[in-house]
Amino acid sequence: MGAQMGPKIKPKLGRDDWAQRSFMLVIGLYLVIALALPLYAMLSKAFSTYYFDLSQYEVQVSDGAGVFGPVQNIATLNNQSSPPIFDDLATNTNGRLGLTKLFPDFSFRSPVNYRFRAVSEGAIYLVGSERNAGPDWIELDSNTFRRVVIRPASERGLSNFTTYFSTPALVQSVENSLVIAVITTVITVSLAFWFAYALARSKMRFKGVFRMVAMMPILVPSLLPGIALLYLFSPRQGMLKELMFGYDINGPIGIVIGSVFFTFPHAMIIISTALSISDARLFEASESLKASRWKTFWTVTIPGARYGIFSAAFVVFNLVITDFGLPKVIGGNFNVLAVDIFKQVIGQQNFEMGAVVSMVLLVPALMAFGIDRRMQKKQVALLTARSVVYEPKPNPVVDWFFFAYATLVAVFIAGIIAVCQYAALIRQWPYNLSLSLKNYDFSRMDGGGWASYTNSLLLAIFTAIIGTIVVFLGAYMVEKTKGFERGRALFQGLAMLPMAIPGMVLGIAYIFFFNNPDNPLNFIYGTMIILVVSTVTHFYTVSHLTAVTALKQMDGEFESVSQSLKQPFYKLFWRVTVPVSLPAILNISIYLFVNAMTTVSAVVFLYSTDTALASVAVLNMNDAGDIAPAAAMGMMIFYTNAGARILHSLLSKGILARSNAWRKGA
Amino acid sequence: MLDKTPDVYLRIEGLWKNFGVFTALREISLEVLEGEFLCFLGPSGCGKTTLLRAIAGLDLQTAGRIEQAGKDVSNLPPAERDFGIVFQSYALFPNLTIEKNIAYGLENAKRPRAEVKARVAELLELVGLPDQGKKYPAQLSGGQQQRIALARAIATSPGLLLLDEPLSALDAKVRVFLRHEVKELQRKLGITTVMVTHDQEEALSMADRIVVMNHGTIEQVGTPLEIYRDPVNLFVADFVGEMNQIPATAEAGGVVIKNVHLSCNNNGLSGSVIATIRPEDILPVEENGKNVLRVTIFEMEFLGSFFRTRLTSPELGEAMLMADFSINAMRRIGLKEGGKLLVQLPAERIKIFAEAG
Repeated sequence: MGAQMGPKIKPKLGRDDWAQRSFMLVIGLYLVIALALPLYAMLSKAFSTYYFDLSQYEVQVSDGAGVFGPVQNIATLNNQSSPPIFDDLATNTNGRLGLTKLFPDFSFRSPVNYRFRAVSEGAIYLVGSERNAGPDWIELDSNTFRRVVIRPASERGLSNFTTYFSTPALVQSVENSLVIAVITTVITVSLAFWFAYALARSKMRFKGVFRMVAMMPILVPSLLPGIALLYLFSPRQGMLKELMFGYDINGPIGIVIGSVFFTFPHAMIIISTALSISDARLFEASESLKASRWKTFWTVTIPGARYGIFSAAFVVFNLVITDFGLPKVIGGNFNVLAVDIFKQVIGQQNFEMGAVVSMVLLVPALMAFGIDRRMQKKQVALLTARSVVYEPKPNPVVDWFFFAYATLVAVFIAGIIAVCQYAALIRQWPYNLSLSLKNYDFSRMDGGGWASYTNSLLLAIFTAIIGTIVVFLGAYMVEKTKGFERGRALFQGLAMLPMAIPGMVLGIAYIFFFNNPDNPLNFIYGTMIILVVSTVTHFYTVSHLTAVTALKQMDGEFESVSQSLKQPFYKLFWRVTVPVSLPAILNISIYLFVNAMTTVSAVVFLYSTDTALASVAVLNMNDAGDIAPAAAMGMMIFYTNAGARILHSLLSKGILARSNAWRKGA
Repeated sequence: MLDKTPDVYLRIEGLWKNFGVFTALREISLEVLEGEFLCFLGPSGCGKTTLLRAIAGLDLQTAGRIEQAGKDVSNLPPAERDFGIVFQSYALFPNLTIEKNIAYGLENAKRPRAEVKARVAELLELVGLPDQGKKYPAQLSGGQQQRIALARAIATSPGLLLLDEPLSALDAKVRVFLRHEVKELQRKLGITTVMVTHDQEEALSMADRIVVMNHGTIEQVGTPLEIYRDPVNLFVADFVGEMNQIPATAEAGGVVIKNVHLSCNNNGLSGSVIATIRPEDILPVEENGKNVLRVTIFEMEFLGSFFRTRLTSPELGEAMLMADFSINAMRRIGLKEGGKLLVQLPAERIKIFAEAG
């Protein structure tokens, strides 16, 4: 009772603690620079409006003899006539305004001289390209005055959002995006559920083949199905255009079909996992109670897999609503949010509005992400160590039914890819159907030629190597170090963030942050570095979770033992942590590689002529009407990813074989 | 040398550990003697593992001082302390062979390879697994793995050996066998050892001294016999071994339970108390006398080497006595359920405690 606690102990940090903290700081700093700061830059852009504040400047004009008249404020000058000479003073960050219009009798040859100054702090004007500010007069002849432009002042507020929501064309995209995402989600999840169910709960044949075919869409850019759909159903030349009954594939129909294609494997994996962890004993119990197959389905299967189904739904929703490539290719005049961002930024150079659309897109993306995270956690809780794996029994009718169903789905998926391959190989659809490789001669097309392919390959390799190192080290620091709790929690939060950030949003955030001349990191803009950084960041979360899961499976006391034996942490890291985690490390690197090959959304804002990418080239060639070469380039990505996957599975098998002795025991 | 080797090897003073608002350790002070085998015993959540981890420096205490071999180690990281540790999970590195696991702490630039090899062979011999060096941990049984973990922990000849529930993951038979092995090894090496366990049998059979802990405080420190024979409070009495606990009223020279007057040392308590006696201390007797009761066997349970019985008596009222009788005794008296007999509750075996809060 009344015991008094002595003074608090302050830990003495050992060599390892310092090393680990510096590591975590470096990787934390990476996430701050590559994620937090760009997003902040975008956020502040969305709330910034730019306008010319004429009252900040004053001018004095001389007569021909060099005698200066009174000091005049520019705003006063502007308001002398009604309506004012410059009526609309709103502009964007790049706005520039010449002033000669204010002087009706201005001529660059007149002997009149001008004195000009900025009276308020922060007001900037340019003479030619030279930056000026401040209340000191500068004197200019009329030829030079012609080259004076003032820069906009900025203001914080919601007016960008007001503009956005009062522009019907833009608001329409919100509805379009939501409708497309919801319809696709319903279709994909239903198709994927029965496909996964057939794999997990039936004895149908060729499961391995079906599983492989179902995964194929992951290996191609999301816009590739768009190209195949154009070949199949385009109103004038489509191979099967009659099947469209006069509807145009360009628009919502095309986006939905293509979206189902590219989201299918994601939904299938999640639902498969959910089905495979259901406890077989529940089925036995249900059977022993003489419940019908139908009743068992609704009382055991669906409740067991429900979190997986919900999770798959939100993942699909998120993928569709944030996807840019597919609606760009096959959207026609049907506008969606992700394409609006592109149009605002690249088409109209209206960066502020691009930021506003990004914020609007962020809302459903963040919501879907948040709900999905909660679902995933609950799903994990359902899995107990004592669950028994379900082994389906043969049932010819059911098995053949599922075989037919899976074949249909597989034909759809493989068909899309086959059409692309066919398109890439024929000389000129529909006039000359002879086969040739001329569409692979990318040097004759826009889009960067073969260099864009090698760039993509380089990007994928760099992303895989650098990304895996950064991600694994980061996960290790979060999972296996002690102390520094707040730093670790912050790091974990930052690592989860990228999954919620659509690629387009990340891309535009990078423009704002890295293209700012005041940013010391400005030099990476337009280089391969920024492409690698953005891609690693974009795909950080899934990689991080893979690494964390692998690390969690390792005994938490390895570190304690190693410390007690006075061995530095990096010895344990190299000799135990890395070798034991090698399968997970390989999984992370193939994930990063494949995504770096296929991604369009962030990099479409960030590539330069020297760093054109294959996936972007597909987009650009398609835009330019070179659809066959676009398909050919898409197929190049497919071959590369398929090759990488094969290499990955060979490596994984080799590693497992070598480590068989210690992984499984005698 | 001026300093003699201290008798006290590890000194803990005023140790506190808070997790947010929860106090896991409350003002722990304790001395561990050189070469002794000490057990922290208590229910889960009592703070015993927290205390062990504080001694190791794996989870630093909030406040308080720890002195090891005369040196203040209170705030040092684990690597700057001197101990070997064995965990319940063994924590053997799965991808390294047994030899490599044991050699893990021995390898450094200064030590020649041959010396490491010789030491590993010596340690394998010591734990009785001389031929297993080339195998991987997953190829050994749990008991073997734990012996390897032990060999790894003592490889660098640390001054202190910490054992965190080392035997809890093993089957009953292996556990009993390893208790003996570990104790033998500790005696042979003379290494000061602190073990955490929730298994009282393990503590009683292995420890030189036991520290009984509850709710982050120390309830009692003593030899196994002291803890068993003379528990200082009801918690210790209840936690270590089986104990009858009967509400009673203190009176001069003893206590009274309904109509039964028992003479015993009532520690000067008065009013409502709890009278306790161990089941094996209740003796069958032939004739009436002091502290002798006439009881009926309500039920009996055969537990291998003895019978555990529940005894009732109208004089005791509701209270039931649990008593253990050897098979021989049962045969001699020839009793079965429903049978009657006389039992004595020896005065010196009855312990009286104040009622628990």
